[in-house]
Amino acid sequence: MRNRTDDNWLLRVRHLTKIYGEPDEHTLERTGPAHNSNICPETQSIVACAEIGFDLYPGEVLGIVGESGSGKTTVVRMLYFDVEKTSGAAWLRPYRNAAVNYLEESNQKKRFIRNHLMGMVYQNPRDGLNFRFSSGGNIAENLIMAGHMHVGAMRDRSSQLLIKTEVPITRMDDQPGSFSGGMQQRVQISKAIANNPPLLFLDEVTSGLDVSVQARVLDLVRELQRELGIAMIVVSHDLSVIRMLTDRTLVMKHGRIVESGLTDQVLQDPQHEYTQLLVSSQL
Amino acid sequence: MGYVAVKGGSDAIHEAKKLVEFYRLKEASSPLEIQQIRSQLRLAVDKVMGEGSLYSPEYAAIALKQSEGEVFEAAFILRAFRTTLRRRFYSEPLNTREMFVKRKISASFREIPGGQILGPTRDYTQRILDTAKATEKIEDIKAFLEQFGALADKDRLQEPRSFDKVIDRLLEEGLLKPVDPREDRTLMDITREAIKFPAPRSARLQMMARAETGGLMTMGYSSMRGFGSVHPTVGELRYGHVAVRVKDPSGRVRYIGHVEVTEVEMISSVSHSKKNAIPQYTIGYGLCFGQNDTKAICMGILDTSMRTEDPTAPANDQEFVLNHTEGIEGMGFTNHLKLPHYVTFQSGLSNIREAIRRNRAKASIGKPFAKDQSGN
Amino acid sequence: MLTNNKYSNRYNFAFIDESTKKEIRRKLLKAVAIPGHQVPYSSPEMPISRGWGTGGLHVTLAVIGREDIFKIIDQGSDASVNACNLREFVETMTGVRTTFDTAEATLIQTRHRITEEELQEDQIFIYQVPMPEPLRLVEPYEIKTKQMHAEGDYAKMWVYLYESYVRYNGIMLGADYPVKVNGRYIMAPSPIPKWDIPNLDNSKALHLFGAGREKRLYAVPPYCRVEPLEFEDIQFDIEHFSGKSCYRTGYQMAFLDELYFDDYSKHFVINDSNFMDKISSKNFARQHSNKYINALK
Repeated sequence: MRNRTDDNWLLRVRHLTKIYGEPDEHTLERTGPAHNSNICPETQSIVACAEIGFDLYPGEVLGIVGESGSGKTTVVRMLYFDVEKTSGAAWLRPYRNAAVNYLEESNQKKRFIRNHLMGMVYQNPRDGLNFRFSSGGNIAENLIMAGHMHVGAMRDRSSQLLIKTEVPITRMDDQPGSFSGGMQQRVQISKAIANNPPLLFLDEVTSGLDVSVQARVLDLVRELQRELGIAMIVVSHDLSVIRMLTDRTLVMKHGRIVESGLTDQVLQDPQHEYTQLLVSSQL
Repeated sequence: MGYVAVKGGSDAIHEAKKLVEFYRLKEASSPLEIQQIRSQLRLAVDKVMGEGSLYSPEYAAIALKQSEGEVFEAAFILRAFRTTLRRRFYSEPLNTREMFVKRKISASFREIPGGQILGPTRDYTQRILDTAKATEKIEDIKAFLEQFGALADKDRLQEPRSFDKVIDRLLEEGLLKPVDPREDRTLMDITREAIKFPAPRSARLQMMARAETGGLMTMGYSSMRGFGSVHPTVGELRYGHVAVRVKDPSGRVRYIGHVEVTEVEMISSVSHSKKNAIPQYTIGYGLCFGQNDTKAICMGILDTSMRTEDPTAPANDQEFVLNHTEGIEGMGFTNHLKLPHYVTFQSGLSNIREAIRRNRAKASIGKPFAKDQSGN
Repeated sequence: MLTNNKYSNRYNFAFIDESTKKEIRRKLLKAVAIPGHQVPYSSPEMPISRGWGTGGLHVTLAVIGREDIFKIIDQGSDASVNACNLREFVETMTGVRTTFDTAEATLIQTRHRITEEELQEDQIFIYQVPMPEPLRLVEPYEIKTKQMHAEGDYAKMWVYLYESYVRYNGIMLGADYPVKVNGRYIMAPSPIPKWDIPNLDNSKALHLFGAGREKRLYAVPPYCRVEPLEFEDIQFDIEHFSGKSCYRTGYQMAFLDELYFDDYSKHFVINDSNFMDKISSKNFARQHSNKYINALK
């Protein structure tokens, strides 16, 4: 891993916030871990997450851990444009050399960023795959969006990716509906890395799977990360996943970051009482 | 082949036209009078006006006669006729509180101001085929009208015949959901502009006002039967005539006549996602020409259903409801399948024959990723 | 009884009122300025059924002048019943001269074919379009397809073609094959056969498309680039008649109709009736030329 300096980060996020409803000027003060709630008592608005900030370096794996309602998924959804931010900024080094807050770009530019610079793997394969296309077709979709127009070359690339993710290439022309959960996730992963993006989001990717299958998928993710050097943000409620995959970790509760640091340190010597609670209950 | 074939095509359609006229007249029965159709088939005329989008009972009656009673065809004729007319004015909004009420009922309350007035409805009659209608004579009709006229209570004829609405009571009590300030209140004219989605409410109501009754009924029915999330009650249904007014060039508002309409306000409760939110009612509105309870009620149901957030039910989906209840377009397109499509078909044949040829060639060579019997 | 003088006495020239004609022309100008882009329009009702040519008729009636010479074909034939009905309507409403001769016509309205005879610079070619939205194959909602066009987001369409190829070893689209116009918009050329698609590219004539029921107009100006969607390695091709020829003229290089005679024998004949007449009477007709037809020779 490279040195982390102030100018060679891949992704920088500052003050990222998402509020549903109609907040007032006190809403942020009245919500969060200290209040044990995401809901503003005055306005009924929901603070999914607030004031999220971090830096991610090339090839680094960042974990975001928390329970449901912590806002961890919302952070990633905003960075991937699935959800519109309420406020905040994010800069990506490979996009215009980080000169602009990419969350405010036009729809067309956002699609460019998504297609060329990011990959996303969802918990539910139905969110990440089109079940009316074949698995090869799903991968081709991402390749086409990045401007590839040669079917033979795309099929070669798809085969390559499926081999890498241990999906039998004889299933390349089958629709994912007939695959097992684990295989669907592996197709999702192939699709997400098809264009060699520098950044990959993984949102609870093993949470819907059997324990034995989970291990295989996690091994695969780790292998790919090592081989391709992709930076990743791994969202999970499961500390063992975090421990296995990530270099650094953010702990979130009720929409705020309560602790952050090297994964090893956070898990071995948690400072915040919530982290301590998590660690003691899970590990 | 050229010239002879053209004559053939032209001849065929001219002969078909004559044949249609022959079928209409072949029994040499006495010609139907427009006045008879208008008065004795009143509800068919109302339906044709509603779907033809033109308030003209006489012309609707002519269209029905011309089309041998086929309501789709008659409504189509009326719509096409409407296109030839110049639009001179947009009327002032109709004030249905002024309506000269012929029928007024509410299912939501037992007693309403002015009482429940059934009016001319078959709702509570038994639908027993009345063969006596086959031998009705003009003398019987006159006798009936005389008897009926004698029943009128002359003292009561002077009483006021316009009433406040049931929903006015709900409004007073604060039970109605206030108008959403973010609602699109653009006043569109769908006969002048193509509808785009999401459509403003004015466009949705206009489309439904001239939609095909059966289509609206299907969609409204689906909503009630479980393919929807709206559970409505008839707040008020009114039928009667309303004054139509326009502004003259000097800006003065002038009365130009009246039209008969059926108006319905359907009451539904709104589901809220917020906790501690005040439960309230929302109104689904329906209005159409003439007497057509079914259409107005279904308009009311669909007005509400198209404003719900739940996208799954077909009745909630504006694109689905509005595109497919447009009777003239639907009839045209479904029937267009009768037009020759042999070139399109030939194009498809070409593909399929090629694919079969390729398949046979592949089977004899063998190719990577070819599937065996078990799909591997 | 109401009387309507305009209706009972005479019609406006070309039936449609002047302000509606103005609207249609303005929208057509916009369409020509943005090749392949669908422009919504009022699409007034006509005495012709929706789905039977109202859009083509709107364009014709908005554009036609007293000096025009009008031709109308359906599936390539001037004789087809619907073409006859529409021809009579246009004739009655405008008094213009009509013809079956492609070379003579100034305005040609068509249902689902381009003429075999090459179109010239002073001709306007008007299409009746059933489904103007090429993305309807992959997306039922207009609210989404509108956005897809605006953002040039056509990936789903390409994947559809990919899947078709993978399943059948060929792209199984026939008539109404999607094209890219001026390098920007994907357009539905109406259900013309693939045979005709190459004749849209760099055509000398102006092509106007009217979808009455769906209320959309669009256009391909002269000398505009029109490319059928194809991958680098899976190329577009026209229909092949595998060596069949017209039983009347022996001609092979035209789109052929398949006919079954009373004795169940199968024969082929040139689809374009006027072109057929010219070939069989040995009159000159300059045929559209493109690389696909040339490859057949």
